[in-house]
Amino acid sequence: MNTESYLDSIRRGLRGAMESDERVYLIGEDLLDPYGGAFKVSKGLSTEFPKRVLTTPISESAITGLATGMAIRGLRPVVEIMFGDFLTLCTDQLVNSATKFPLMYRDKVRVPLVLRTPMGGGRGYGPTHSQSIEKMFLGVPGLTVVSPSLAHDPGTLLKRTILESERPVLWVEYKSLYPKQLLNGGDELRIWQVEGEDGYPLAVVENFSGSDPDVVVIAYGGASVPLFESMRRLIPEEIRVRGLLPSRLDTRTKTPWWFSEITGREPIIVAEHGTRGFTWGSEIAAELNLTFFGRLVAPVRRLADADNVVPAGRGLEREVLLNEEQLIKAIVESIT
Amino acid sequence: MILIRYVEQSLLRLYAQGLMGGTVHTCIGQEGCAVGVVSAIDRQRDMLFSNHRGHGHYLAYCGDIHGLIAEIMGLPIGVCGGMGGSQHIQRENFYTNGIQGAGVPIAVGMGLAERFKGTGAVSLAFLGDGTFGEGAVYEAMNLAALWSAPTLFVVEHNGYAQSTPSSLQHAGDLSRRAEPFGIPVTRTEGADVIAVFEVANRLLGQIRAGKGPRLLFLDTHRFAPHSKGDDFRDREELERINRECDPIQRLAAQIGADTYEQVRKAAEIEVDIVLQELGVQ
Repeated sequence: MNTESYLDSIRRGLRGAMESDERVYLIGEDLLDPYGGAFKVSKGLSTEFPKRVLTTPISESAITGLATGMAIRGLRPVVEIMFGDFLTLCTDQLVNSATKFPLMYRDKVRVPLVLRTPMGGGRGYGPTHSQSIEKMFLGVPGLTVVSPSLAHDPGTLLKRTILESERPVLWVEYKSLYPKQLLNGGDELRIWQVEGEDGYPLAVVENFSGSDPDVVVIAYGGASVPLFESMRRLIPEEIRVRGLLPSRLDTRTKTPWWFSEITGREPIIVAEHGTRGFTWGSEIAAELNLTFFGRLVAPVRRLADADNVVPAGRGLEREVLLNEEQLIKAIVESIT
Repeated sequence: MILIRYVEQSLLRLYAQGLMGGTVHTCIGQEGCAVGVVSAIDRQRDMLFSNHRGHGHYLAYCGDIHGLIAEIMGLPIGVCGGMGGSQHIQRENFYTNGIQGAGVPIAVGMGLAERFKGTGAVSLAFLGDGTFGEGAVYEAMNLAALWSAPTLFVVEHNGYAQSTPSSLQHAGDLSRRAEPFGIPVTRTEGADVIAVFEVANRLLGQIRAGKGPRLLFLDTHRFAPHSKGDDFRDREELERINRECDPIQRLAAQIGADTYEQVRKAAEIEVDIVLQELGVQ
């Protein structure tokens, strides 16, 4: 049985990609051993691959541009941005250069660039080191946004993304997931993967077996932690919850392929981290309304973080971030 | 240079006739920079990252008048299928983008990639003096020097960013910006195409020999407006620079009237043929 942590899985994916393709370079701040990156994801890699782990100055904009240039010329750079909040500093390169080149240039150049970053709160880092701002990058033409949950195999997905993607990928790792064990079917939650046309699977998680769910909760990334906790706590209440967790967030087509797992016969809740307005969740809810109009038993409910900065103080932070109590309350309300 | 001049003048005319939209940034007066530098590169392997004023760089690189004009006219037969227009052109090792300074770290990354691959290729990043307002430039210079990237930074200092003179934008001396990073700077007059070529050739040799990045600082003049719009610069000053700083007139004096006339006529015919092919003569 797999008892790997989320962080170990990601590190395995990075190592595997570097081992199997010499064009893979890691670029980012403080990556070298013995430090091994701010969250230790790259630990050991600079020792094993000293020429291909490049520790950089604090220059997120230039790092992203530099990696874009390397990608255009045939390498497969993986950039680590130390905190997701700092993506604002990479935005110009990502939005105006890296994603544009394959779409507007004559030679339809390849830009196999993976930008990894830890996102989200829960660790008391305060307003500029705890946000979930990936929603700002959804809807950028040519940008794939991926954020695996605890119910995925993030390392294997990351390795494949690094080795096979031909266009920029924003890869979001929720830092609250790093120390946690991946969900492996060894406890009371059942889990399986549904493979889709784009290579980024949907994880399905249930706290029951042998019947239909009472409620469907759609979530991704860091929201998998409060979701699975709420699902465990609802087992004694015999409230049957099916969790649907896509690993890829951007929707290329009008209807995400994994909508095939939805019937509309059960109440649906969309849960996510990040402030509530103009989000992945609002897009999914809108598409659910268009796809299942007339068949939904209830309006799609939405849960997200409070519309506020993420405070540093642990108690204050907990009030702002999506948590299992909110989820349990919404699940119970939706079936009564 | 004459060819570039004719193409740029044609573009301004086509714009005035309403045959193209968007904007068009011409390099009239700066042709010596484009031709001098690009003539010194190895087209098979070196890479150019140009900027918003890149028609001259592109024509000096590949001479593709037809693809360029068609592109700016937004036609499917343009070099980028009409997708890019004036500022977003790519062909083989030539790239441009419309964001000030953003191409500079990209060029450094391209150079590093080729160094890692061992091809001996050099990347060139073209900047204007206005581009020095962007932080990405300094981040990129730091990284280029730190990692000894095979990159030649080419600054075309024409004294203006759009309508604003350099003196209202920059403190200090722009020609010395790169020195604290340990990047040697060579300053040359952009109107002297042969001098530009010789200096660029020497700097490219140093870079190819593994000595790290270099910066070529070219003093130049833009005779035409920033784009197609009004020009509020001092009229007497414009007349003076047209008279004294024209790279084409300089070269004409060096090569003699007969040779100049032959080249001029050939360029004129070449551009006319393309305009006829595109039905806009």
